[in-house]
Amino acid sequence: MSDASTTDTEQSGALAGVREDLEAIDGYRVALYAAVLGLTAFYLTPIESGLVTAFKTNPEGISSTLPFAPPPPQFFTLEKWQTAISALGRGMVNSALYAVPATVISALFGSFAAYGLTQADWRPRYKAPILALFVAAIFIPYQAVLVPLSQFWGSVPLAEVLAPLWAIGVPRAYTGLIELTISHVAYGIPICMVLFRGYYTTVSEEMIEAARLDGATFARVYRRIVFPISTPMFAVVLIYQFTQIWNDLLFALILVSTESSPAAPVVLILAGLGESMEGQDFALRMAGAFVAALPTLVVYILFGDEFAEGVAS
Amino acid sequence: MRDFLSSTRTRLRRVAGRDGDSDDDVTTDGRVATDGGTAAGGAGASGAGGFLDRLDERFGEDFTESAVFWLPPFLLMGLFVYGAIAWNFVISLTDYQGFVGPDYSDLDFEMYVRAANDAGVIEATVNTFLLVVSFTAVALAFGLVLAVLVDRDIRFENTFRTIYLLPMSLSFVVTAQFWLWMYNYNNGVVNIVLGTFGIGPINWIGNSQIVLWAVVFALVWQFSGYTMVVYLAGLRAIPREHFEAARVDGASTLKMYWRVIIPQLKGSTISAAIVLMVFALKAFDFLYSLVSGYRPPNGTDILATKMVREAYSVNNWAYASAIAIILFLMALSIIGPYLYYQYSQGEL
Repeated sequence: MSDASTTDTEQSGALAGVREDLEAIDGYRVALYAAVLGLTAFYLTPIESGLVTAFKTNPEGISSTLPFAPPPPQFFTLEKWQTAISALGRGMVNSALYAVPATVISALFGSFAAYGLTQADWRPRYKAPILALFVAAIFIPYQAVLVPLSQFWGSVPLAEVLAPLWAIGVPRAYTGLIELTISHVAYGIPICMVLFRGYYTTVSEEMIEAARLDGATFARVYRRIVFPISTPMFAVVLIYQFTQIWNDLLFALILVSTESSPAAPVVLILAGLGESMEGQDFALRMAGAFVAALPTLVVYILFGDEFAEGVAS
Repeated sequence: MRDFLSSTRTRLRRVAGRDGDSDDDVTTDGRVATDGGTAAGGAGASGAGGFLDRLDERFGEDFTESAVFWLPPFLLMGLFVYGAIAWNFVISLTDYQGFVGPDYSDLDFEMYVRAANDAGVIEATVNTFLLVVSFTAVALAFGLVLAVLVDRDIRFENTFRTIYLLPMSLSFVVTAQFWLWMYNYNNGVVNIVLGTFGIGPINWIGNSQIVLWAVVFALVWQFSGYTMVVYLAGLRAIPREHFEAARVDGASTLKMYWRVIIPQLKGSTISAAIVLMVFALKAFDFLYSLVSGYRPPNGTDILATKMVREAYSVNNWAYASAIAIILFLMALSIIGPYLYYQYSQGEL
């Protein structure tokens, strides 16, 4: 008798959570979850449809199956992935060649600028206009600078300066990648600066104050205190900047211009992929889209929270 | 915390002790003394030091010392952004066309007159406006709904949030590929789903009357996750008591959000709206990929696409620069009030 009652209590203890959940299920909660799941379908369908399509034969598989259904065995092929990888492979390398340095340099410059403008003792009257110029620069449509940018890079004798590189067999078109790196750094500085500034204004003043009183110079405070504690913000900024630079088409189009160039970034090649006189090869396009998106998808899956943080600020 | 502080202090003092052989020799002893508060300390330095001290006196104690940090990034950004815009404006006053450089001796507003009479530019301006306004409004509303749903103590909240934000990590070029396939006339998901309700098929991309809305929908798919994140941060910043107080007053959930919560999200709305508008002004990448190249997008021409086509497809450089200035002024009409708002809030 007493045994039975103990089991009963134990059971109710273990089941308490479940029971609470069951009680919580009412019309309202059901509608809530239905909405949340429906939205999940909305966000995943284009990606899912793209993924299954990339494994289908073109045109037979594409026209005889539903766009969101996985390919049946007779229409399954890996050929499109092979084509996409071979077409985009060099583009991936090229993109990495400018996206990685441009990301790191713009993040560093952003951190420097933010430190110089937050922790320094300035008259606010003079600081505000400079900050306003940084903030406004984030929102400049790139079209407003494209023609001068072309003129500028056209007049800089970068190719002559880099002549030794061409002599050792580096394709001359790679000048475009250096132009891309510098341009992305220049245009990335404002957003990096603003992200770091948001972080630096929350840093404890006392610690820096104490160091200053002890005679540490402005530069040393950065090296010894501010830079080391910036690590979490560097993670956010690097992830955000890498995604932006890797994904950008416009500068690649203007500075490298053709997808047949040996220096063509991956987005540039992808934009023209699967287009031919016979019609569009959607299976190839989808495979290409996944290959091109792979680095940012990996970053997103590994650092989703940091990415969200960068986006939110 | 205090331990860390004092250990930092000792370490710094130690470093300061061997100031001479450290590698940041930008700063001399004279400058350190200035930090200590003795303005006269700098007098021992060179004439340039005297000048720098006067700069400091005028602009603030750390002005020159901090310049090493903010000035190089500021100059690089300033030249590429503001220098380029000024140069772009000058080019827009020339007749620059083709491959010979611009002739700066003959400046006039001819290109702007031409733009004002160009049906293509007017259509692009109207489309830009429609795209910016409708995309921003829909993405804000959608993102708000997402944020409220995710904030309602649901299970696997993080998973849902991750899924909703996922498209934002993709390139415009990639999402354009996905949506071209979604909107495909015969085999696309959109027409197949609508077909089960007896609607369509509809030629989304080919019909110039509706393609702009198809673009807006795809962009909302890509960016509403962003709005959600901003609104979630805003919702989490509202004290829980506000929710409870409304609850005690007997307000329904809907009424509580409408009357109590949403009005408090004004700041989130403004900052999200600004960023969304700017994304919309930059939607060039998406439209370029959608039509595969420089050809005129059927019914979706916005100033951003029109400008790039005029410059890089037909070498109408001066004309393209004038269109770019029009686009820039549109952006400025959004940014200007925003900066003023930020300034009035003490954020700058």
